[in-house]
Amino acid sequence: MADASSQDRAAASSTAPTRRALYEAGVRRRANRIALISTLSVIVAIFVLVPLAPGWEAVQKSFFNGRVFAATFPGLLDAFVLNVMIFAWSAPLIALTGLAIALCRDARAPALFPLRLFGIAYTDIFRGLPVVLVIYIIGFGVPGLGLPRPWNSPYIWGTLALVLVYSAYVAEVIRSGIDSIHQSQRSAAASLGLSDRDTMRYVVLPQAIRNVVPANMNLFIALQKDVALLSFIGPVEVFRQAGVYKSLYANFTPYVGAALIFLALTIPATRYADYLMNKQNKARR
Amino acid sequence: MSAKLSLRGVRKRFGDHEVCKGIDLEVAEGEMVCLIGASGSGKSTLLRCMNLLEPIDDGSIWLDGVDISEPGLNRQPVRQKIGIVFQSYNLFPHMTAAENVMLAPRRVKGQTRDALRPRVEALFTRFGLGDRMEHYPDQLSGGQQQRVAIIRALAMQPEIMLFDEITSALDPELVGEVLDVLRDLRAEGMTMVLATHEMGFARELADKVCFLDAGRILEQAPPEALFSNPREPRTKAFLARVL
Repeated sequence: MADASSQDRAAASSTAPTRRALYEAGVRRRANRIALISTLSVIVAIFVLVPLAPGWEAVQKSFFNGRVFAATFPGLLDAFVLNVMIFAWSAPLIALTGLAIALCRDARAPALFPLRLFGIAYTDIFRGLPVVLVIYIIGFGVPGLGLPRPWNSPYIWGTLALVLVYSAYVAEVIRSGIDSIHQSQRSAAASLGLSDRDTMRYVVLPQAIRNVVPANMNLFIALQKDVALLSFIGPVEVFRQAGVYKSLYANFTPYVGAALIFLALTIPATRYADYLMNKQNKARR
Repeated sequence: MSAKLSLRGVRKRFGDHEVCKGIDLEVAEGEMVCLIGASGSGKSTLLRCMNLLEPIDDGSIWLDGVDISEPGLNRQPVRQKIGIVFQSYNLFPHMTAAENVMLAPRRVKGQTRDALRPRVEALFTRFGLGDRMEHYPDQLSGGQQQRVAIIRALAMQPEIMLFDEITSALDPELVGEVLDVLRDLRAEGMTMVLATHEMGFARELADKVCFLDAGRILEQAPPEALFSNPREPRTKAFLARVL
């Protein structure tokens, strides 16, 4: 008898929700309702209140002008291809340079001390300067040497400036990844007779780099935005193209168009980086 | 018979704390020596000194009549001859079990995967892991991981194996499978030094048991003598607590 009733209970629990499940579902429904109502009221407030501002009409005309938007958006997209290209050839260079600098900073042999010093100086200097300043100094300075074409191209020197700055940050991230690998992994490698070099290459680095993928993704999202800074030294990428349109139409709407293009790329990338980060945090717990 | 490995007056300090206070120990070829003693008595540190993971401050360590504690000596050839297995396994988590085992023979001895494969497969099969070679460490139980760690050390064909409390992190039901591996190696005549809390195991298989207390070997004797008839009061007190 007792057997049969416990079987009943087991069967019931697999189909009907338990008291606790019912209670939690109720709590969840209420929380969702409250979140929805508060979000909607904020949105309504913005749409109702902002147009009541005295300067709204002027702002609408100069920033959210549908006609100008339609006329300029295709041109902005074309210009954005240049951003993507500059990003595409900078990113691998940054990854490689960052890794090299991180390894320089980790060099332990006395003969390599200059390398270590270089690594420290490099990261200190380039993390300490505004990106736009480095772009100005290199982008205007180096071509001033009067080099022959194509060596006076702002693309080359602008890219170099981005690589210098961003690889300093990437190097620091990779180094933190190297530090995060537990000493016992190095002990295990050493006890098998592996050299320091092989220990780094086969044991420490593969784990370190895997650990810092999400952090580096955030850096590369920032890089995608900072490509726009190259417009200051010449290349007509999306930001500069928006400026050209602004002058042409005497209207700021092209800037909003450019902003939308950036967001279309950076928001999914940011979400993905967060997703990776969360996954990693969960795996560690 | 001259000793395979001998420690003479070995001292090791971490900062102000002296962990080994002059240790003398002889390990003969094919012998199994067990180090017992409370946590913090210096067992692990002593093992780490033996394969030069920790530099010693004073005294000397001799392998086949050569002083391997000479400062500045190239440590890699020594470590190839002395394998160590750690309490926490320390497998490389980003490699399969087979890759864990083959890394050192490939990189240090320049052997190819193809040449290694039969020998590595034989080792895995011998220790009951024939179907686990392509698993990653986090897909294996603690006992399986520890056996892979032992295989990894054996793949370098060491002359001496050191075991640092290799069953201490394992669930009780997994201890047996790892001890079986040690029995197997013992039967094969491997020279071994174990730091262990498995008193029954030490009693069954060791040639010599050393009781460490506060960085000194207080007493060393064959297991029967040490376990049934300890000379030192501290040894008696320790055994009374653990047996």
